This record gives sequence, structure tokens and C-alpha cells, in this order.
Amino acid sequence: MNFDDTPQEAAFRAEARKWIAANAPKQYEDELRKASLGRLVLSGTNVLEAAKAWQKKKADAGWACLHWPKEYGGRGSSPIERVIWQEEEGEFGKLSRMFIIGHGMCGPTMMAYASEDQKRKYLPPLASGEKVWCQLFSEPAGGSDVAGLRTRAERDGDDWIINGQKIWTSGAHYSDYGILITRTDPTVPKHKGLTMFFLDMKSPSVEIKPIKQANGQSEFNEVYFTDVRIPDSQRLGNVNDGWNVSLTTLMNERMSIGASVATGFPELFDYCNKLMLEDGPAIDDPAVRSKLANWAVKASGLKYTAFRSISALSRGERPGPENSIGKLVAGSMIQEVATYALDLQGAAGVVSDPADAEVEGKFQAMLLRSPATRVEGGTDEILRNIIAERVLGLPGDIRVDKDVPFNKIPTKGRA
Amino acid sequence: MNFEFSDDQKQLRDQARRFLAEKCPPKTVRAVLEGKEAYDKALWKGLAEMGFLGVAIPEEFGGTGAGHLELCVIAEEMGRALAPVPFSSTVYLAAEALMLAGSDAQKQKWLPKIASGEAIGTLALFEGTGNPSAKAVKLTAANGVLNGVKKPVADGAIADFAIVAARTGTSGRETDIALYLVDLKGGGVEAKTLTNLDPSRNQAELTFKDCKAEPLGAASEGWSILSRVLDRAAVLLAFEQVGGADRALEMGRDYALDRIAFGRPIGSFQAVKHILADMYVAATLARSNCYYGAWALSTNAGELPEAAATARISATQAFQHCAKQNIQVHGGMGFTWEFDCHLYYRRSNALALSLGSLSYWEDQLIERMRKKNAA
Repeated sequence: MNFDDTPQEAAFRAEARKWIAANAPKQYEDELRKASLGRLVLSGTNVLEAAKAWQKKKADAGWACLHWPKEYGGRGSSPIERVIWQEEEGEFGKLSRMFIIGHGMCGPTMMAYASEDQKRKYLPPLASGEKVWCQLFSEPAGGSDVAGLRTRAERDGDDWIINGQKIWTSGAHYSDYGILITRTDPTVPKHKGLTMFFLDMKSPSVEIKPIKQANGQSEFNEVYFTDVRIPDSQRLGNVNDGWNVSLTTLMNERMSIGASVATGFPELFDYCNKLMLEDGPAIDDPAVRSKLANWAVKASGLKYTAFRSISALSRGERPGPENSIGKLVAGSMIQEVATYALDLQGAAGVVSDPADAEVEGKFQAMLLRSPATRVEGGTDEILRNIIAERVLGLPGDIRVDKDVPFNKIPTKGRA
Repeated sequence: MNFEFSDDQKQLRDQARRFLAEKCPPKTVRAVLEGKEAYDKALWKGLAEMGFLGVAIPEEFGGTGAGHLELCVIAEEMGRALAPVPFSSTVYLAAEALMLAGSDAQKQKWLPKIASGEAIGTLALFEGTGNPSAKAVKLTAANGVLNGVKKPVADGAIADFAIVAARTGTSGRETDIALYLVDLKGGGVEAKTLTNLDPSRNQAELTFKDCKAEPLGAASEGWSILSRVLDRAAVLLAFEQVGGADRALEMGRDYALDRIAFGRPIGSFQAVKHILADMYVAATLARSNCYYGAWALSTNAGELPEAAATARISATQAFQHCAKQNIQVHGGMGFTWEFDCHLYYRRSNALALSLGSLSYWEDQLIERMRKKNAA
């Protein structure tokens, strides 16, 4: 049991470190370090442009999408090298957030289902950040129940005609392409009538409307399709096999390993070290200590759980299921941490303007953004189902709609 | 990075698990719980024969000299099996104190006997209500003679010797506390068994009356040695707790798969699934924290104090949570004497209180993190 790199890993780390030291956009380092959930501001520049510039620089030097094959814009690295890169990239990795969906989900799906010509055409600019991709899965009627989606695709000669609406699409407003799951046969049970495509987000009649979120920001969008045409050549996988294609997408999704999940703990610990209460520093207060200790061991547990997965990667094994707990633990934790940080501020905790609030309103922003972390990318409840069924081997839910044709499934609760 | 036990260590774990499955089924635990004997002597002898008692004791003192990672592996299995033997007192506390601070003669006298199962040892620290604190030590040492009362002392009524924390001065500083080694069969000590939450393990009150004792380590360093012993024992005990947590989770999972209600296995209800998922989360976080503790313990890393507190808190929470929720998953049957759920519930709560309770370790952890941050 040790924290040491193998000689090959150490050599790779040294090379990565050297390149990052010489090339990273250090002018943003301070602001990136201060960024926390619900807040990333770069003064004097637009985050999207800064992100694209850093991604392009990495791609030109062969440091983008490390685990992808070289011919598709990657480096052909092993999974452990990708983790080492993430560790070395550190704060600068926060610039790559807008590429997570494209690199983590769209790219692998294209790699598995697109034609060779398409892969060579679309993947390298995706890797280099010149083209941004989004994922069009969720719908107003299909959140946790993704397969309940209603966006239709109807065959018309060599094309498909798309009508419907997607929601919660991250970054649709700056995306160039998207992968889209649609319903192609409503007369069969819901999982059996879906088909996957990719499309140009600039196609005519694709309408993107930002969602104003509960915290006032707009990271997500609604996307409307009105008679949008997609050529059949952009179909991914067989007709009506879209559910299996989407599962491939999700299975390929390994981004959480090695990348640290935000818990809010470092920010809170730092704050409690500085905050003076009536009787002295907050960190010396027994009640504060008890709270901090509980969160400290969760944050530490997540860190070392990730280390166990990394160890498996280092040995060339597939990581076990333990990493599935990351978002479940961190999501509710960051919400509790933010609530407690404001509690320590008393009445002043209500002030949220960065100019007037404690520590630039960091915890107020965190509080307002945090409900989403427990919902996005799998709700707490869906994650618990996944752990119970796939890790502990408990029976699946009884699905009353499983064998019912999609168009016979009730669409209203209370009449 | 290799944050995992080695293949040899995993083999040792399998060996220990098979041994304990055979020699320590629940009925062995129940025999002690129901007062038929103070601890399972056959199991204790078997553990010695397997080399498990001396796994971290150097060969020159009669152990196998394998190391502390191996001891962590065995501790986890002892926790899973709820082994009704004085393993933690003897191996994590007494042996660790001897190895840290004992003279060569003391080591020669006691360590081989620990490894061979001939001697049971313990630590006598607490004097009634409260957590580890130098101020709370009232038992006096003067001219090599101890006077005072220690309670509770884990395995105190069955131990052959004890490491005793004693007061040698009244300056109010931690240097007033010294450690002594007492042969409990040598007279001057009276032991009284205390009925306790988990009768599968002994708890006692020891009364020292003009009891002869020999110093262990330098007189002024008693408290600092003790703190180090507690940190080391905290990691080892945390492995026992994680073993217990995992077993409680398995019991709950198995019952949820087998038990039918409303025409389906209760494990198909989300309310039950989510209980079990949360048990898995707690046990997984604790296991990962324990691995960090094991690394720090086995390498004597500077991070040990923080890692030990982290492992201890996390494992205490996990075992208490899993043992409690295992009963909930079992419903009414979980509250019967016949089902084994209460054995884990009792042990989880007893272990949570030994070595200093949760609030003590929470305070220790943040104090240690604060100091590191300030440095």
C-alpha cells in the first residue's frame, strides 16, 4: 500500500507537469482556485473563450482527450495516465467543464456507433474544443424516466423529421453538435421504440431557449425541434435500438474517477479558520468542530475511495462500483455545508451580493446552486436505486409500464 | 499509486475469514454473551496457533513479524465475526504500548506470551465518565505503588497484565502522567466484572490497593506514549468496525432478498433499497478512510494522528449506522434475541465508546487539522 507512481507513471507525470508549467494560462489560476459551486468568474475575459483557447493549446501538443486514439484527436493514453493528467492539470481543469459532456459522453458514443469517415471528421475538432457538443436526452416528460421521452423522429426518404422538445441541455446555446435520442415507434414498449442521432445544432428550426434557473443563472436550455431534418447517415446504431446506444454512452462515462467532486468542505474549513465568533475563532468552538469533523471524514472518504479506483486502473483493472457513491455523497453534503456556513454568519448570512457578503458571497452562491447537484446527472434517489440494484444485487423495481405500448401509458396522474 | 492490500494480504484475509467462519460462528459469540464463559478460550488458542496474535510482533519477540497491514486485515475479520476474545485489548493496546515504550526485558517477558496466547493484556485508562484526558487520571503512583480505581477496563477481569495510566504529580501538565505495567496476578488488584451493553466482551472495574508496578517508558512521557498508542489502536479498531459494518450490511441485504411481503421481496421496495444503499455508502467511505489509516500506521507517517482520527470517526459512524439499519430492515424479527442483529448492534455501540467516543475523536481530528493548517 503506497502512493508512489510506477516508473512509467512517474515519467508521464513529469512530462505532463513540465508541459503544464510552461503552457497553462496562469493569469486565471487565482480566479480558478477561488471558483466554487455556482461561481466561476474570469475578469477581463469570457470563460468560453478562455476554455476553448486552453483546450486548443492542449490538443495541439497532444494533451487533449488523452485516452482517445490518436487518429481521433487523442493521445492513446492508458486510463491511469488520464487520471495523472487530471491531477497535474489541477485548477486549470476547471476550464474544461464545458467539454465534459462532449468528451465524456458524445465522443465515446460517436466512437462506438459513427462511421469511420464521421469519426475522423467530427472527433478531432471535438477533442480540441473547436467544436462543442451537447447531449439531448432529458425531456419535460422524461427526467429520471429518460425512456419516457416523446420527441418524435419520422422517416422521410433519406432523412428523418424531428419534432419535440428537450430540456436541461447543458451548453446547447454554445454547442455546434448534439447527440439526440428520439422516439421512432410509439406502438411498442417505451425502451424498444427509441433511436439515436447526432445533429448540427445550427440546423434550421432548432430553437434554443435558456432556462432561468432558481439561482438566477442559466447553464441549461430548452431545445425545441420543429420539422428539423436529419440525414439517416447521422443515425447512431439501429432504428429502435437507441436505448442500448444510450446505455453505451452512460457506461463509457468515467469522468468522475480521479476528478474531484466538489463537497464544499475545503471552503468551509478555511472559512472556520478565519471566522471570529464572540468567544474566539469558529474552529475552536466544540459545536463547529463536531460538524466539521463529520464533513471532513466524508470528504476524505470520497478522496480515498477515488484512490482505490485509481489503483484498480493502475493495475489495468476496471474500477469497482465504489466510485458510484461520489455524487450522492457530495451533492447533499455541499448543500448542508452551505447552509451551515450561512448559519455561522447569523443574520448577515442573508446578504448575497459579493461586494457586501462574507467571503464574497461564496456560500450564498453555493446554497442557491446546490439543489441542482442532487438532481442533475441522476437524482439522489436514482443513484440509490443504482447502488441497491447493481452493487448490492437487489431486485429491480416493478415496472408497470414495461410491457405496455408507449402510446398506451397514462400521461396524467390526477385526472 | 497502489491503494490496495497486496495479494498475500488478501490471501491472509481469506484464510482468517475461513478460520473464523469455522471457529467463531454466531453460537460461539452467544456462548460468551449469555455468560457461559468470559471469553472463548478455544478460539483464543486457535488464533495463537494461526499466528494471528503475533502478526505485528517482531520475530525476536515471538511474533511472525508480518506487520501492521496484516494486522489490519485480521482486525477486519475479527470485527466481521464479532470474535468474543480479548484481541483488541491485548493486541492493539497492550502489545502496541509494549512495542512503543517497553524496555527490552518487558518486551521479552510479555510479547512472546501475547503471541502464544498465554497472556492477555489490556490498557487501564478510564476512571468513570469521560473521554481520554490527562486531567481525569486520579489513580496515583508513588514509589512504584499504585492506588486508585479504573473503570471501565476492557477485558479487565480476564487480563494477566495491564498498562496503567497513573498520576505522579500535580503540576496540571500532561507530564504528570506516567504509564505502569502491572502483573494482575501479582496481588494488590481486585477485579469486578461490570455488566455491559455487549456482554460478548468483558468490561471490569479494577481497584488498585498498594499494588506493585513497574514503569513503562519514561515517567514524564506517559501521556504522549498513550496518545500514540490510542492513535494506533484507533486505526486497528476502525478495521474491526468496518468488518462489522460490512457484515451487518450483508445480513440486511440477504434478508431483504429472502423476505417476502406484499407479494414481493422487501428488497424490491425503494424505501428498503435506499436504506441499504445508504449503509453501503457509509461502509465504503469508512473502508477508504481505514485504508488511509492503514497506510499511515504501517509507514509511521506523520499523517497518522489525522488519519487515525479520520478512520476512527468514519468507521464508528459506519458500524453504528449499519447495525442500527440492519435491525430496521429486519423489522420485528430484528428485535428478537434469536436473530443475530442485536449482536452487531451491541458490538457497534460498545466499540463506539471504547478508546474515546465519537465526540472526542471529532475534537481531536479538527484540532490536528487546525494545527497542520496553521503550520
